[in-house]
Amino acid sequence: MNVNQHTPMAPPYGQPQPGYGQPGYGQPNYAPLDGGYPAPYAPHNGPASAYHPGIPQQGYSSFTSFPSKAMAANPISDPCSPLDLGPARGPPTSGPPPVQAAPQYNQHSSGDIQNGPPPVTQAPPRPPASMQYNQGGVNMSAQQPSFPQHYGPPPTMHQVTNQMTGMHISSGPPTPAGPGYAPPPSSQPPTSSHYGGTPQPSYSQSHPPASSAPSQPPPSSAPAVSQQYYPSSAPPSQQPFNSLPPTSQQRFVSPVQPQQTFPPSSSSSYSGPAPPPTHTSSAPVTQPQQPFLPPQPPFSSAPSGQPPAFTAGPPPPTQGSFPLQAPPPSSQPGSFPPPGPPPSSVASGQYPSSMPPPPQQQPPQSQPPPFHPGPPPPQSQMPPTSIGQSNHQPPGPQGPPSPTGPLQQPPLQQGMPTGYPPQHNGAFGQVRSPQPGYGGPYPGQPNYGAPAPAPQAQKRLDPDAIPSPQASDMPPVQKSRHRIDPDAIPSPIQVIEDDKAKTNEPFTTGVRGQAPPLVTTNFQVKDQGNASPRFVRCTAYNMPCTADMAKQSQVPLAAVIKPLATLPPDETPPYVVDHGEGGPIRCNRCKAYMCPYMQFIEGGRRFQCSFCSCVTEVPPHYFQHLDHTGKRVDCYDRPELSLGSYEFLATVDYCKNNKIPQPPAFIFLIDVSYNAVKSGLVSIICQELKSLLDHLPRENPEIDSVIRVGFVTYNKVLHFYNVKASLAQPQMLVVSDVSDMFVPLLDGFLVNVNESRQVIESLLDQIPEMFADTRETETVFGPVIQAGLEALKAADCAGKLFVFHTSLPIAEAPGKLKNREDKKLIGTDKEKSLFQPQAGFYNNLAKECVTQGCCVDLFLFPNQYVDVATLGVVPVSTGGSIYKYTYFQAQSDQERFLNDLRRDIQKPVGFDAVMRVRTSTGIRATDFYGSFFMNNTTDVELAGLDCDKAITVEFKHDDKLSEETGALMQCAVLYTSCSGQRRLRIHNMAVNCCSQLADLYRNCETDTIINFLSKYAFRGVLNNPTKAVRDTLVNQCAQILACYRKNCASPSSAGQLILPECMKLLPVYLNCVLKSDVLLPGADVSLDDRAYLRQLISCMDVAETHVFFYPRLLPLVKLESGALPVAVRDSEERLSKGGVYLLETGLHLFLWVGASVQQELLLNIFGTPSFGQIDSSMTSLPVLENPFSQRLREIIESFRAQRSRYMKLVVVKQEDRAELMFKHFLVEDKSASGGASYVDFLCHMHKEIRQLLS
Amino acid sequence: MSTYQEFIQQNEDRDGVRFSWNLWPSSRLEATRLVVPVSCLFTPLKERPDLPPVQYEPVLCSRANCKAVLNPLCQVDFRAKVWACNFCFQRNPFPPSYAGISEVNQPAELMPQFSTIEYIVQRGPQTPLIFLYVVDTCLEEEDLQALKGSLQMSLSLLPPNALVGLITFGRMVQVHELSCEGIAKSYVFRGTKDLTSKQIQEMLGLMKPAATGPQGRPVAPQDAVASCRFLQPVHRVDMNLTDLLGELQRDPWPVPQGKRPLRSTGVALSVAVGLLEGTFPNTGARVMLFVGGPPTQGPGMVVGDELKTPIRSWHDIQKDNARHLKKATKFYEALANRSAANGHCIDIYACALDQTGLLEMKCLSNLTGGHIVMGDSFNTSLFTQTFQGVFSKDFNGDFRMAFGGVLEIKTSRELKVCGAIGPCVSLNSKAPCVSENEMGIGGTNQWKMCSLTPSSTLGIYLEVVNQHNAPIPQGGRGAIQFVTQYQHSNTQKRIRVTTITRNWADAQSQIQHIESSFDQEAAAVLMARLGVFRAESEEGPDVLRWLDRQLIRLCQKFGQYNKEDPTSFRLSESLSLYPQFMFHLRRSPFLQVFNNSPDESSYYRHHFTRQDLTQSLIMIQPILYSYSFHGPPEPVLLDSSSILPDRILLMDTFFQLVIYHGETIAQWQKAGYQEMPEYQNFKQLLKAPQDDANDILETRFPMPRYINTEHGGSQARFLLSKVNPSQTHNNLYAWGQVRIVHPWGRGFMGSLDSEIF
Repeated sequence: MNVNQHTPMAPPYGQPQPGYGQPGYGQPNYAPLDGGYPAPYAPHNGPASAYHPGIPQQGYSSFTSFPSKAMAANPISDPCSPLDLGPARGPPTSGPPPVQAAPQYNQHSSGDIQNGPPPVTQAPPRPPASMQYNQGGVNMSAQQPSFPQHYGPPPTMHQVTNQMTGMHISSGPPTPAGPGYAPPPSSQPPTSSHYGGTPQPSYSQSHPPASSAPSQPPPSSAPAVSQQYYPSSAPPSQQPFNSLPPTSQQRFVSPVQPQQTFPPSSSSSYSGPAPPPTHTSSAPVTQPQQPFLPPQPPFSSAPSGQPPAFTAGPPPPTQGSFPLQAPPPSSQPGSFPPPGPPPSSVASGQYPSSMPPPPQQQPPQSQPPPFHPGPPPPQSQMPPTSIGQSNHQPPGPQGPPSPTGPLQQPPLQQGMPTGYPPQHNGAFGQVRSPQPGYGGPYPGQPNYGAPAPAPQAQKRLDPDAIPSPQASDMPPVQKSRHRIDPDAIPSPIQVIEDDKAKTNEPFTTGVRGQAPPLVTTNFQVKDQGNASPRFVRCTAYNMPCTADMAKQSQVPLAAVIKPLATLPPDETPPYVVDHGEGGPIRCNRCKAYMCPYMQFIEGGRRFQCSFCSCVTEVPPHYFQHLDHTGKRVDCYDRPELSLGSYEFLATVDYCKNNKIPQPPAFIFLIDVSYNAVKSGLVSIICQELKSLLDHLPRENPEIDSVIRVGFVTYNKVLHFYNVKASLAQPQMLVVSDVSDMFVPLLDGFLVNVNESRQVIESLLDQIPEMFADTRETETVFGPVIQAGLEALKAADCAGKLFVFHTSLPIAEAPGKLKNREDKKLIGTDKEKSLFQPQAGFYNNLAKECVTQGCCVDLFLFPNQYVDVATLGVVPVSTGGSIYKYTYFQAQSDQERFLNDLRRDIQKPVGFDAVMRVRTSTGIRATDFYGSFFMNNTTDVELAGLDCDKAITVEFKHDDKLSEETGALMQCAVLYTSCSGQRRLRIHNMAVNCCSQLADLYRNCETDTIINFLSKYAFRGVLNNPTKAVRDTLVNQCAQILACYRKNCASPSSAGQLILPECMKLLPVYLNCVLKSDVLLPGADVSLDDRAYLRQLISCMDVAETHVFFYPRLLPLVKLESGALPVAVRDSEERLSKGGVYLLETGLHLFLWVGASVQQELLLNIFGTPSFGQIDSSMTSLPVLENPFSQRLREIIESFRAQRSRYMKLVVVKQEDRAELMFKHFLVEDKSASGGASYVDFLCHMHKEIRQLLS
Repeated sequence: MSTYQEFIQQNEDRDGVRFSWNLWPSSRLEATRLVVPVSCLFTPLKERPDLPPVQYEPVLCSRANCKAVLNPLCQVDFRAKVWACNFCFQRNPFPPSYAGISEVNQPAELMPQFSTIEYIVQRGPQTPLIFLYVVDTCLEEEDLQALKGSLQMSLSLLPPNALVGLITFGRMVQVHELSCEGIAKSYVFRGTKDLTSKQIQEMLGLMKPAATGPQGRPVAPQDAVASCRFLQPVHRVDMNLTDLLGELQRDPWPVPQGKRPLRSTGVALSVAVGLLEGTFPNTGARVMLFVGGPPTQGPGMVVGDELKTPIRSWHDIQKDNARHLKKATKFYEALANRSAANGHCIDIYACALDQTGLLEMKCLSNLTGGHIVMGDSFNTSLFTQTFQGVFSKDFNGDFRMAFGGVLEIKTSRELKVCGAIGPCVSLNSKAPCVSENEMGIGGTNQWKMCSLTPSSTLGIYLEVVNQHNAPIPQGGRGAIQFVTQYQHSNTQKRIRVTTITRNWADAQSQIQHIESSFDQEAAAVLMARLGVFRAESEEGPDVLRWLDRQLIRLCQKFGQYNKEDPTSFRLSESLSLYPQFMFHLRRSPFLQVFNNSPDESSYYRHHFTRQDLTQSLIMIQPILYSYSFHGPPEPVLLDSSSILPDRILLMDTFFQLVIYHGETIAQWQKAGYQEMPEYQNFKQLLKAPQDDANDILETRFPMPRYINTEHGGSQARFLLSKVNPSQTHNNLYAWGQVRIVHPWGRGFMGSLDSEIF
């Protein structure tokens, strides 16, 4: 079976498969695997990642195979001996496999394959599918353990570390344990670094190991599996686990839960699993395993490497030996490395008592993670934990647990499992959670090295502290309980770094409900049935089943969709599917498009829509037989049946007026009033356009773009240009009738660049000259857009307008504006009016634009108030962008402007788009945020949609969701490509549903939540006083956290602040949102800036909002090629007078130079030895021939390349005047405008939560 | 009456005046009984090569409501250096510059032979002539090319300092800026929107914020700056404009099947008028509109763009079925009045096979003195030569055109002015000499003629107001003074003053004298103008009835006949031709609309009301010359009997020039006799009518349709339609009409005296 499956796997999409990289891994891995285990497994391993291979070789091979399955039930599988497991699991796995299979192409497929067989045997064909989901749900827990997924491994690392930390903490005393661990660390220390790198791989591998470990545990796993697979009986037990684990994972809090959960789960399922104990017993071994892990990493890196790894790995031998025992150890190690976690979780969970030792260790870790924040808590239980930890899991709880051996175990389990396990369980999700919880893998390592670390952690109270690089210094500081130690509170940097360290493998989208790595992490995505996180990110990957739960938790349910996101070069853009003349095949009732969730029945003659359950006939030309699993035989040949994202070719029925669209057009509308000419803007634009016109977007780089261009200049009147190829000279047509705009010419206005090149160049040469002496200062704006609109109408095509505008349009014309800048309104109830457009004219205009498919990009160059709130209406409603260059000066702003312009013109864009989000029964897309226009409540109309635009969609329940089917959403975007082709881009997303709040909290993504909340709030200021909006935000977050505390956290003193692991950064990020210029403007922030930011945020994706609200601050001390220095937190305290820092917000880029910076550094960067000689007006660094300078410039360039807008470099010297602006972005500090510091806000938040709880 | 003939001819040559009566009945009652009113045809700018203008200002009567110009009829007291106005009898001192005046040293204006005198006055800045081309681009490619060629050619005919501007239109209206280098720049207006003059000027950037006073026109320099973008001296933009015209493309907007191109003639004219209004008010300017079809959108729309809806016909108009007629006419009238008020004239050059809306637009030219030219295509010599004719020059090398003419009439107290008919508009000047009885454009003694040519002729209608019981002393004379101020084509401001006088005669005692002083040609034309003027506003039959009644009354008054015996009817020689003129007038296209399109009627009437007497007579009664070996060419009856095989006929209807070879002649010509040396005389015979025709063609404006045909030729219908009373013709193009044999008129034909021709 497996084999068969494998084959199918391969066929699927040639590319996808390649993507999985199995080749490399597969071969090497397979070889070994094959030796050890049948090919079947190999595939899994392959997909799983290098790690698996490594593992397999080690002897886990069998497990490796399991791992894939493991995804679902690795832990379980692990227990079983590879061979044994194989068979034994086969059945059970069958369940899981389907799940995997469905979503994941390669990996899963492999997994599926393996599973596949089982499913067949065991479960009916269909069930698998459903099973998949179900399993997903169930599996989730199991899967988490399964780590096989990339995340799993990495997370494990982190988790481990976290756990470690936790362990340490809890085991504060454990320190000794620490030492115990220490050994490994010590040995590892060197390796530790490896861990860093390798760890991830190792983790992944580790998973396998884990799985291997499971081999022993198999029983346990089996149980687990059984549970999973055996829906009825097992599920419950599992669920508990899941729920528990998750919680535990999420928070250290888990300890309590773990206890609870574990008890039951462990008791029930685990009892059987005795094996774990063995593992635990093997714990020592685990350490060795760790070594293994390291070796694994190597493997990961290179399949071939495995051998080396082995070599290196004396471990190999151990591995061999380990297989059985090893696994368990690994599990513990897992705590260290990946395996640890998963296994640990399982193991722990399963064998709480038996495992005591490990648990202890784990618990400690878990505890440590708990926040040292303890400060507050300290009072109550664990002072330290109370605060910081409170967040993480109340160290307190852990503390307690640690004391109690047994308890500890549970806690441990929970802590590990829960805290980590859950994460692990979450597999992917877990990974993160662990990360967050545990500062950094590194710290963890140290911890691992010695349990001792844990103790330290406890002292620190803050897990973060541990993770944070600075942690080392911190401990002393942290100790002061009276003052909240900034280091003791959750650190974004720590979380980010943990996630990075954890993410070693490509993220596969096949598993439902798994959270992707953070936006700050570089990772590869393999589409296995759900849309890549680059397209869709959700706030929660476990949606509450009922509206009540959702309401209780207050966690927003939303997805941030970036339909045309650009993928990195190594990922395949969505395939284009052509269903022929009949158009895409859709459900008859809800019109959902064919997707992997559709169930084929009756031998493939019909399919049942998973969104609305309607059964639809399969058109004859689309018919295909089903295999024994109920899947279509050609499932992997068809992107729409196996991928999360793909495109359909739309037929003429999908075109406006049932006509094939004309190629789109770009129209450049340039302000040539006095200000624009004087600032040099006009000549810059004209000069640049000459070369830019060769880079109009096209789909096939070989072919010239079909986009036509047109030119208009304007001040009080409009000047159109006839640039027909046959003319010797361009002709200018002046339209002064701005009150009733029209297009004066048809032929010759929109032209093909190549044909009319000479005329166009002549025109662009002459425009600056023609207006060189202009004295016209008044401009119009409404008619300008009307002009472009009319031109597009006349040409009957969609298109984009590029408007370059300088001033408030006060000339007599429709859309004339008056200066209404009145700062006195700020803080009053009328403040909202400042965000609202002055005149309804632009709303109507926007509507017309959208109807025509006319997207407007606005470049503003104001020297004074221009009323962005009003001017922006059209761009925002048409899916356009606004760029603003206040006080534009050619010299200093040219670069930024031109880069923005280049990018804006060249970026891929779709026109005349309509987006619709369909969901499965039970939820409904209720609200949309972004740059678009809506005529009704369901269709998002975008005149233009480019690769940088994201749309946030909010979901609400309208019925109950089922845990079995999960929640599905399908986002379909109908658009005209830049080559004029009408297409449908489909993104499918499936998330789990949960009946336990803990699951929800364990699978959230704070960054996405912040994205949603900020957009929600920024829209709110249109209609509500700003203060009310701020209060609403605070309230909602307080409720979210209070709900967690009330329902998911272990009971503890009210004085403790307990934060869910996934949301521990919520307060700090939220504080950033609250302090943003929109919600809390400083005195120097203009109304235009606020309106600008407000509109800007509305279409940002998660990565952009993240860095916007929490800027990236890099210390430039030692720059190594290949890796960025670890960022520091955005606080002035973190800045060293002797250092140089780079701060990036996505819009701004600062280079901060400390007053007493080393001469050498200055020489390296600026080429000058003296601080005083630095020219703070420079916008680019001097090109110096030293590695440091080179690397620094590289970094800056890479930052710029990452962002959709070019960031001008501003050099800020310490204590310079400009530093004020810089300090504005140190968001953890108190802001000049009255925004609270992080610590203060956290206390405030705590207070709010306590109020809610009491 | 050779004496009267000579007198009339002499007066016409000297003063450009022909009176219907050269002796005036002395009382209102008598005058009324004469049927034909005391009236005259006045050609204000009659070419007078023998009249050098004087370089000083005219001397005016000091009475405020008189202001008559010093003339030979005034009593002068050389010693006291005063003169008595012959109109109001005010005694006026001579100005200081006349200090040296004496009986032997008289200024020219006092000499009898200078009853017409022209003054050159220095008033205001001299502004160059302005030509604004308004060009339709919805033409066939051929037409457009030809038109472009003509326009480019015309540039070379313009004086170098003349200002020239270009507006093109189709669906949109483009005002081309001529001053810019490199990029051709134009302002575009939507063709569907009626804009006020102020809006247009704002949109063209002609109104500087500072200069928007209540009625304040921007100061001249600023104006010059602003305007110079659109109106540039020919010598400066010659090349530019030639290129611009060369690049002129057909209107690019697609014309769907079954539709007419969208042509925004109304807005284009509105913009042209607004542009000139804003830049050069009260300065001589010529808007030349070239259209190839009817306005189909926006204000002034004459017909919709659906081809299935034909343009209005007389039939539609009579049935009140012409949707756009009233609105469009109103629009163009308003435009014409604005333009006239500013002294700008509008020419219409309409070349299309179908109608172009002249009916609605005619007022533009009629009120402003502009030309109307109608042709089939711009690609014909008819158009090109006519267009060149616009720029023809006189013996001094000046254009035969003048601008901004204001004609003022002063009369001695026995007379009052009833009105004028011609290319003019009333200035509503309420002087004492204005009669309450209006004929033509009345209620004023001043008229404005935005453009004048030497042949522009007004019909002036007067009224004798002297009461019957207040006899005029024997030998008393009435006097009329015509004061014409205008801008000469060399940009000088000039004033031409014509003072004429006629004797009063007692109608009861001197009826014979009065009868013999009748100028039947002038009277025919004057009556015809009245008829045409009425026809513009009344139903055709009513006008005809009125004409008939007038004729009958006249005949009753002067005819000698025996009752019940038609054959005994006799008219004196001075009236003998009059009935014949009336007969031809009745069936002329000026009064008959049958078989003429509304546009054609408008076109003919337009020309009829402005040409001088000779041309008008030709229009009323085409002339027919017969060429034969039997002698010199002779005028023959306009009758089918004149068509003989061995004759060549030359017919001139003003609008057409037909050479018709008789059957034999045609055969000879086919046989090629004219090529043989021995038949040189035949060749000369063939050539003679052509030479004569060429003479006519050279002087005629607008260029007539020249037709060279022969017996049996298809084009012979042009001749046959005029001469053969018993035949009905189909005439696709022009104004063929069904002849009605008029039993009553035929009687008069017998008395035709061919000598008159």
